[in-house]
Amino acid sequence: MKLKFVEDKPKITLFLDGDYINFDDQSELQNLLDTVQNNKINLIKINAANLGHWDSTLIVVLYELTKQVHNQRIEIVYEKFPPNLKRLLDLAFMVDRKPSLPQKEELPFLETIGDWGICLWKKITKGLGFLGQCMKSFGRWLKADAIMRRVDFLFALQDCTYKAVGIVSLVSFMVGLILAFVGAVQLKTFGAQIYVASLVAIGMTRIMGAIMVGIIMAGRTGASYAATIGTMQVNEEIDALKTMGIPISDFLVLPRILALSLSVPFLVILADFMGIIGGAAVGIFMLDIPVNEYYRYTINALNLTNFWVGLFHGLVFGIIISVCGCYFGVFCGRNADSVGKATTEAVVSAIVWMIVMTGIITFIFEVLGI
Amino acid sequence: MTNSQVKIEVSGLTIAYGDFVLLKNLKFNINKGDVFIIMGGSGCGKSSLLRVLTGLTPVTIGKIMIDGINFTSASQDVRNEIMQKNGILYQGGALFSSMTLAENIALPLKQYTNYSEKLISELVSLKLSLVGLTGFEDFYPSEISGGMKKRAGLARALALDPQIVYFDEPSAGLDPISSKMLDDLIMEINQSLGTTIVVVTHELNSIFNIGTNSIFLDGNTKSITGYGNPKDLLKNPPNEEVYKFLTRGGERKNA
Repeated sequence: MKLKFVEDKPKITLFLDGDYINFDDQSELQNLLDTVQNNKINLIKINAANLGHWDSTLIVVLYELTKQVHNQRIEIVYEKFPPNLKRLLDLAFMVDRKPSLPQKEELPFLETIGDWGICLWKKITKGLGFLGQCMKSFGRWLKADAIMRRVDFLFALQDCTYKAVGIVSLVSFMVGLILAFVGAVQLKTFGAQIYVASLVAIGMTRIMGAIMVGIIMAGRTGASYAATIGTMQVNEEIDALKTMGIPISDFLVLPRILALSLSVPFLVILADFMGIIGGAAVGIFMLDIPVNEYYRYTINALNLTNFWVGLFHGLVFGIIISVCGCYFGVFCGRNADSVGKATTEAVVSAIVWMIVMTGIITFIFEVLGI
Repeated sequence: MTNSQVKIEVSGLTIAYGDFVLLKNLKFNINKGDVFIIMGGSGCGKSSLLRVLTGLTPVTIGKIMIDGINFTSASQDVRNEIMQKNGILYQGGALFSSMTLAENIALPLKQYTNYSEKLISELVSLKLSLVGLTGFEDFYPSEISGGMKKRAGLARALALDPQIVYFDEPSAGLDPISSKMLDDLIMEINQSLGTTIVVVTHELNSIFNIGTNSIFLDGNTKSITGYGNPKDLLKNPPNEEVYKFLTRGGERKNA
């Protein structure tokens, strides 16, 4: 027993005797508190005459004890306490003087739904507000009235064009290859492996090329936009722009949206080409289709409508990725953790919105017979 | 009635984040040419008040009048016009990292004036020399020290010859000599240009050296518990908290 006490109703004397290093025994403290409560004690004397070495764990126990008995209006007297121990104990109470923030009450079901609805509405209006700002900036740009530095636009353009060529080429080549493999397994059973060329050509140009570029650019450039603008938020650079009266949608968002919207369609053309090359590699080397045959079927399968549909998807994806990246960057919090969160949210929401928009566009084109 | 000496008039101002009230019912005036100190312990809401004064955070309740114009209810265009007359020095300088110091300072000049490139370039050099950074035009923020970043931030804040300059913790992270240099610079700007200065700080040396008027924000009562010249507040402290703050936790003998 480290917390030895002598009961002498209505008081208790607790003797701190020996060393209290790494003292972590809640049961002893509870035992003492139970005794205090059950015997209607109104005074606790803590005698530290024989106290040896001690560390912060003793302060925690004394702090807990004092706090508990103070609530029950029981007086505590510290006897022969080393001055440094008393000082640290006082300090512990000084730090605690501010009440903690009130815990949020759990709301009833209907209020939770209402709260969720209000929150969702706020998010929608915030998103639409941002989109409106971007459109206004675009309007000002058309009138040559936007505050956009050409160098920022060129820098953004450089980042999402030739620097992205390598990764887009590699991934698209692999996707074409996979598409051909998967198609070949089924088509071979009918002896129709020659149609692998058509499958790859149509698949890549109509949608797969655009989707692959979209996913790559969301992870690469969208994330970079959110992180760059988010860091500017942390460094108060966005505040500086706002207080100078410079619209951030002009200065930071517009060059990025323009750069990505312009570059993604070109990357889609590259992805289409690389995907067809990937498919050809499988067709020619694995399925033993003659080169001129594969070429002929590919050319026959390619048509301008599919090509334009793919490019249109690319343009829409470029806008989605850049808007998502910039939105989460601009509304990022003010610490390092928020930047990470903004980056993740930018990528996830860009991919989700790309898939949603693909569904909508496909439906509309289907209805229009395109 | 608006006193012509009053630059900023704050009345009934409450700052809250959701249900959490940070400061309530603040009322104070900042006179033209003042070096006005907003002081108080950590977390009492000094920087939040500065964000409200500069229009970065919307006002929950209350009114801020700047030069007799209601800044709180003004349209965005009017607010932008007022904000252009203000300069702000942020804690870390908030320089745009992708631009050189010259480009940083030239940005507001290009945005709000029709000056020629030559004049802008000369003004940039002038502002940089005013803060002791002559010859650093082509340096990027990452290539200069923390103290120099603050001075460059100040040069940018002074680009448009503002009527009010706000400083958020100007001495934070600076050694005593750089801190003293920045204080001297603030005084120089105040005296030579007649600029009204608003400084958020808890650096006692700066408070006594440069402050001509001040408020003390108390985190416990969420209100102003001290208002006046810092030296007068030290002589006749209105309460224990103010005295403790201004004497680094000293005890009053006759308290």
